[in-house]
Amino acid sequence: MNDASTPQTLFEKVWAAHVVAQEPDCPSVLYIDLHLIHEVTSPQAFAELATRGLKVRRPDRTVATMDHLTPTLPKKLAVLDESAKNLLDTLERNCEEHGIELFPWGSGSEGIVHVIGPELGATQPGKTIVCGDSHTATHGAFGALAFGIGTSEVGHVLATQCLLQERPKTLEVVLTGTPGPGVGAKDIILGLCAQIGIGGATGHVIEYRGEAIAALSMDERMTICNMSIEVGARAGMIAPDETTFAYLKGRPMAPKGGEWTAAVETWKELCTDAGATFDRTVHLDVSALEPMLTFGTNPGMGIGVSQSIPNPKDASSSSDVDALTKALHYMGLEASRPLVGQPIDVVFVGSCTNSRMQDLRDAASVMKGRKVAEGTRVLVVPGSAAIKREAEAEGLDHIFQDAGAEWREPGCSMCIAMNGDALEAGQYAVSTSNRNFEGRQGKGSRTFLASPLTAAAAAVTGQITDVRTLLGTDK
Amino acid sequence: MQSFTTLNSKLIKLLVDDIDTDQIIPARFLKTTDKLGLGQHLFSNWRYNEDGSENGDFALNQAAMKGRKVLLSGDNFGCGSSREHAPWALSAWGFRVIISTSFADIFRSNALKNGLLLVEVSKEHHKELTVADSDAEVHIDLSTRTLQLADKEPIEFPIDAFSKRCLADGLDQLGYLQSFQEAIEAYERGQ
Repeated sequence: MNDASTPQTLFEKVWAAHVVAQEPDCPSVLYIDLHLIHEVTSPQAFAELATRGLKVRRPDRTVATMDHLTPTLPKKLAVLDESAKNLLDTLERNCEEHGIELFPWGSGSEGIVHVIGPELGATQPGKTIVCGDSHTATHGAFGALAFGIGTSEVGHVLATQCLLQERPKTLEVVLTGTPGPGVGAKDIILGLCAQIGIGGATGHVIEYRGEAIAALSMDERMTICNMSIEVGARAGMIAPDETTFAYLKGRPMAPKGGEWTAAVETWKELCTDAGATFDRTVHLDVSALEPMLTFGTNPGMGIGVSQSIPNPKDASSSSDVDALTKALHYMGLEASRPLVGQPIDVVFVGSCTNSRMQDLRDAASVMKGRKVAEGTRVLVVPGSAAIKREAEAEGLDHIFQDAGAEWREPGCSMCIAMNGDALEAGQYAVSTSNRNFEGRQGKGSRTFLASPLTAAAAAVTGQITDVRTLLGTDK
Repeated sequence: MQSFTTLNSKLIKLLVDDIDTDQIIPARFLKTTDKLGLGQHLFSNWRYNEDGSENGDFALNQAAMKGRKVLLSGDNFGCGSSREHAPWALSAWGFRVIISTSFADIFRSNALKNGLLLVEVSKEHHKELTVADSDAEVHIDLSTRTLQLADKEPIEFPIDAFSKRCLADGLDQLGYLQSFQEAIEAYERGQ
């Protein structure tokens, strides 16, 4: 444990404040401030509690939503099948029995778990936050220590409000420069994925730092932290600042009145001290980035839009040759060819990575006054009911629908393709989600990950397009 | 949880890097409220053809591989989603040990909750295993933290004391956490 005079990183401060106990040769017992649950990874955990005759220790620190299996067609009639319905009913029953607040469909506060946590103000700086979902790192954008856990651990937190955790290492990602036109948060994180690879931060908690981070909005910071898991990181964090406080002020679960003032004073301490050290450091100059797209079958296989698809012949190791060859075969792509011009069947704007207001505004800015290309299907799925309302108040729904896109109800939708929104085998999608793994968006699906701007450019041209050619031009 | 002491088994080789949990168990099979029955869906997209028949080229479908309990995989096994359905499916199929040069963090944690031993080896040792005869047997001993191919020197693998205890004694981690009840209460009072 550090004494007060030792410089500490942001992570070290939050970690140290939550260690309940520590026995020799054992992981730390770490206290969890906020536990988010959803329908897919919680039923077996509640079943374990029932078997042991245990109660939920802190239902007041547990928040539930339905997102993975949520139908996104209007009127919410079409739950995919009986097994999906059973999971949704089970969550409702478990929340009822244990007194857990659930934001079900129609509550007006429902949405993707990593969208509603911040929106409700439940996500706050300095908190430990967990969820049975690997994209929990999203909440680290607020200076929280937030990470995904398995279902056994969901049970541990329900029963004890604690987790057994080995202390991770720290990785500083320093982002410098100013992004050029058409380049945003998604391109920055895809750039990092391409630079360090999908196992590049395994065992580490990332802190994103530098001038390029300070300049970002909360929506953009969430996009970056969200994909920390795509480089294998345990979590990703950003020190809270005035942008963070302005976002949280007045949110339903944020502190009020005098408590707000006191909270902000405490939160201002949550930064890495001068002289504190990280186990590793990585630098990325965002001014050198182009709009990014993945070409392969993991988020680390990404290139700038003007670059050619890598050739396995140029790979540095035999395992890279194998991985590239396998990925290009699955994707049906030819090495050394440009990505631009690749025909696209479906465009998906949504997911916990890119379904917030700024994402929708970005997509709308390209689609406004244009039409979706013939033969291309476009789904726009807002991250929450609140975002849907706000987008409609701004008229974004009309921009999308006038262009010929489908404007859907909130949910995870085609990111994980569990709710019926899925690609057909062999189809190509430009998707603003977070994973392009084989079959991720439906069996046989082929995914190009990209920003909302680049996705919208594909929507209106029917092919992979450099969005910079559409910015600021007449339609 | 089944405890782990020693194991003799031949290897199943699946030498692909970055096998993510969407490959181990695709999301469409997560619509279940229990842990059972997932073994049949393990590696489903690779294991079955379009028409649902078995892909005869895939290692798990070959007759000689039945009953083998050790999977030799490529680097960064288990990356991606936090779904514990991945170790549930691997265990249900019959695997007790996965060997790789590295494992993703959440998968590592989930494996430990389910008695699945993860053996991390160096690139050199991995190569040795990769080129070993497909019917070579390995002997794995948790107490000495070693893995040994017949006629070869034992390879030591790292495992922390607590994980070793969990696997060897079948330690109940939730029970261990509950033993800190007083400390948890004291922590909450101080918040």
